[in-house]
Amino acid sequence: MAFKQITSPHAHAAQNTTKVMQLLLWATVPGLAALTIQFGWGSLINIVLAVVTSVICEAAIIKLRKRPVAFYLRDYSAAVTAVLLGLALPPLAPWWVVVVGSMFSIVIAKQLYGGLGYNPFNPAMVGYVVLLISFPIQMTTWITPLALLPEGVSHPGIVESLGIVFAGYSPADGVTGATPLDSFKHSSGLVVDQIYQNDPLFSQAAFAGVGWEWVNLGFLAGGIVLLATRIFTWHGPVAMLAAIALMSIIFWDGGSSESPGSPLMHLFSGASMMGAFFILTDPVSSAVSNRGRLVYGALIGVLVYIIRAWGNYPDAVAFAVLLANFAAPFIDNYTLPRTYGHTDRRRATEKEEDA
Amino acid sequence: MSDVTASEVVKNGLWTNNPALVQLLGLCPLLAVTGSVVNALGLGIATLAVLVGSNTIVSLIRNHVSDAVRLPAFVIIIAAFVTCAELLMKAFTYDLYQILGIFIPLIVTNCAILGRAEAFASKNKVGLAALDGFMMGLGFLAVLVALGAIRELLGSGTLFADMHLLFGATASSWVLQPFGENYSFLIAVLPPGAFLVTGFLIAIKNAIDAANKRRADAQRDAPVKGAKRIRTTGHIS
Repeated sequence: MAFKQITSPHAHAAQNTTKVMQLLLWATVPGLAALTIQFGWGSLINIVLAVVTSVICEAAIIKLRKRPVAFYLRDYSAAVTAVLLGLALPPLAPWWVVVVGSMFSIVIAKQLYGGLGYNPFNPAMVGYVVLLISFPIQMTTWITPLALLPEGVSHPGIVESLGIVFAGYSPADGVTGATPLDSFKHSSGLVVDQIYQNDPLFSQAAFAGVGWEWVNLGFLAGGIVLLATRIFTWHGPVAMLAAIALMSIIFWDGGSSESPGSPLMHLFSGASMMGAFFILTDPVSSAVSNRGRLVYGALIGVLVYIIRAWGNYPDAVAFAVLLANFAAPFIDNYTLPRTYGHTDRRRATEKEEDA
Repeated sequence: MSDVTASEVVKNGLWTNNPALVQLLGLCPLLAVTGSVVNALGLGIATLAVLVGSNTIVSLIRNHVSDAVRLPAFVIIIAAFVTCAELLMKAFTYDLYQILGIFIPLIVTNCAILGRAEAFASKNKVGLAALDGFMMGLGFLAVLVALGAIRELLGSGTLFADMHLLFGATASSWVLQPFGENYSFLIAVLPPGAFLVTGFLIAIKNAIDAANKRRADAQRDAPVKGAKRIRTTGHIS
C-alpha cells in the first residue's frame, strides 16, 4: 500500500510505504552478512524461502479478499515480514518450518486482521512464536559459529545446505551447537568466571559471545542507518536497550553462579539488537507517541530480561514484543501528546467535554 | 409460553443457534478438552446427558418454583445431574474420567446448560424441553468432536487415538495416522490452537450461512416466468 506520509512543507520529499520498506530491507544487509559469515548459507536460504512463501500467501489472500493484488504486493510489507522471520529462524532449519512460519505470519497474523496497518501483533514475531511452541527441537538447533567449528569441519556449502534444508540430511558432527544464551542458562552450577573460561563461546569472544557479537553489531549498524534516515525515532530502541542494560546491571550480583549474565552479553546476544531496531520499531503494532514508545520499548526490555533470566526460554524478544503489542493501545491511552495550543495532555478515552 | 415447533427446536440446536458456534457458550470445556476426539466425545456425551436431564426436570417444576428462587433451584438440579454423570464416568470409564479431571464437575458451570434451563426449559412443555436439551447437547457434542478431530489430526497427526478409553479394548485399533509416526505440530493441541480452530469453524459456518442467504435472495428476486412488468422503477415485492 502506498500511504503517503504527510510531511511538513520544508521537507523536500514525501516518504511512502514502499520506500520505507525498501530501506528497511537494505538495512538488514549488515546483519544478514554477519549471520552468513558466522553461520553459513542457512539464513539466506531461510530468507529466500520465507519471501517466496509470504508473497504467494499474501497474493492468494488479497485475491480472496477481492482487493487489487499488484497494488498491495508493491508495498514490500510481506517481504519485510518474511525477511525478519528468515533472519530470526535458526539457519538450516527444515524447509517446512520456514514455510509454516511464513504462512502463519502472513495469513493469520496479518491478513486475517485486515492486512498492513490493522495487525495488532507483529506478524514476523507471531510466526516465530508459533514455530517455537510447535517445533521446539528444530527451533533450538543452532549452528556453531565459524570460529568454533572443530578441526577439519566447515559450514556446509550451498548445495549441501540445500540438501539439509529440503531433503532432511543431517549436518556433520560439530556443525550444530548451543548459543551463548543457551549455554549460560544451562551452566547454572558455575560462577560466571568459570563459564567464561570453560566455554569457548565466551573464552574466544571479543566481548560478548563468539559469532553473536558480530551479528548483533551488524543489526546495530543497520539500525543506526535507519535512525539516521529518520525511518523511526530513537525512543523505542534506546528505551529497550537501556532497560536491558539496567536490569542486567541490577541483577548482575558480581558474577555468582546465580547471576543471569553481564550487561554486555545481554545487549549483544540473541536477538537484542535485531529486536530493538527491526522488530519493536514496527509502526503498526507499537505505541504511537514518542513518550509511548519510551514506555513500550522499556517494557519490552524488562520483559526480555525477565524471561531470559528466570523463564524457560533462552531468548525472549518474540514473547516480549507480543506481550508489549497487547499493551500498546493501553500505553497509547495514557501517553497522548499535548495538542499544540492546549495546556494539558488528554487521555484517549476522555470525552471531549471533560477535557 | 412461546410457540416453537419441534422442527424449529431441532434446527436451532444443531445449526441456527448452536451453543458452541453461535451462542459461544461453554467455551471453557470446549477449548480445554478438545485435544483429541476421545476427550471431546467423553465430555460431549456427559454434557448432552446433563442437558437432557436438567431441561426435563426444570420444565417439570417450572410452574411450582417461584421466580425469586428459580436460579438456585436450576443450579441444584444441574449439579445433581453432573454428580450423576461424574459418578457414572468414574464407574465405567475411569481412565477417561482421570484425563478429563476437573472439567467434568465444571459442567455445572457450563453456561449453555443454565442458559437453556432459563431461556427454554422454564418456558416450555416437558417434551419440547427434553428435545431442546437433546438437540442443543447434540450441537455442542458435534462441535466438540469436530474440534477434537481437527486438533488431534493437526496437532499429533492421529485420529481416534485411545478410543478404548470409551469403547472398550476393541476400539484401540481404530487409530489412524495419516502423516506417519513422527508428525507433530504442538500449537494445535495447545490452548492457542483451540482458539484458532474454533475461530475457523465459526468462520466456515458464517460463510455457509452467507452463501445460503445469497442463494435464497437470488431466488426470491428472480422474475416470475411469463410475468410482465409495466413499471420498471421501484422494487416489486
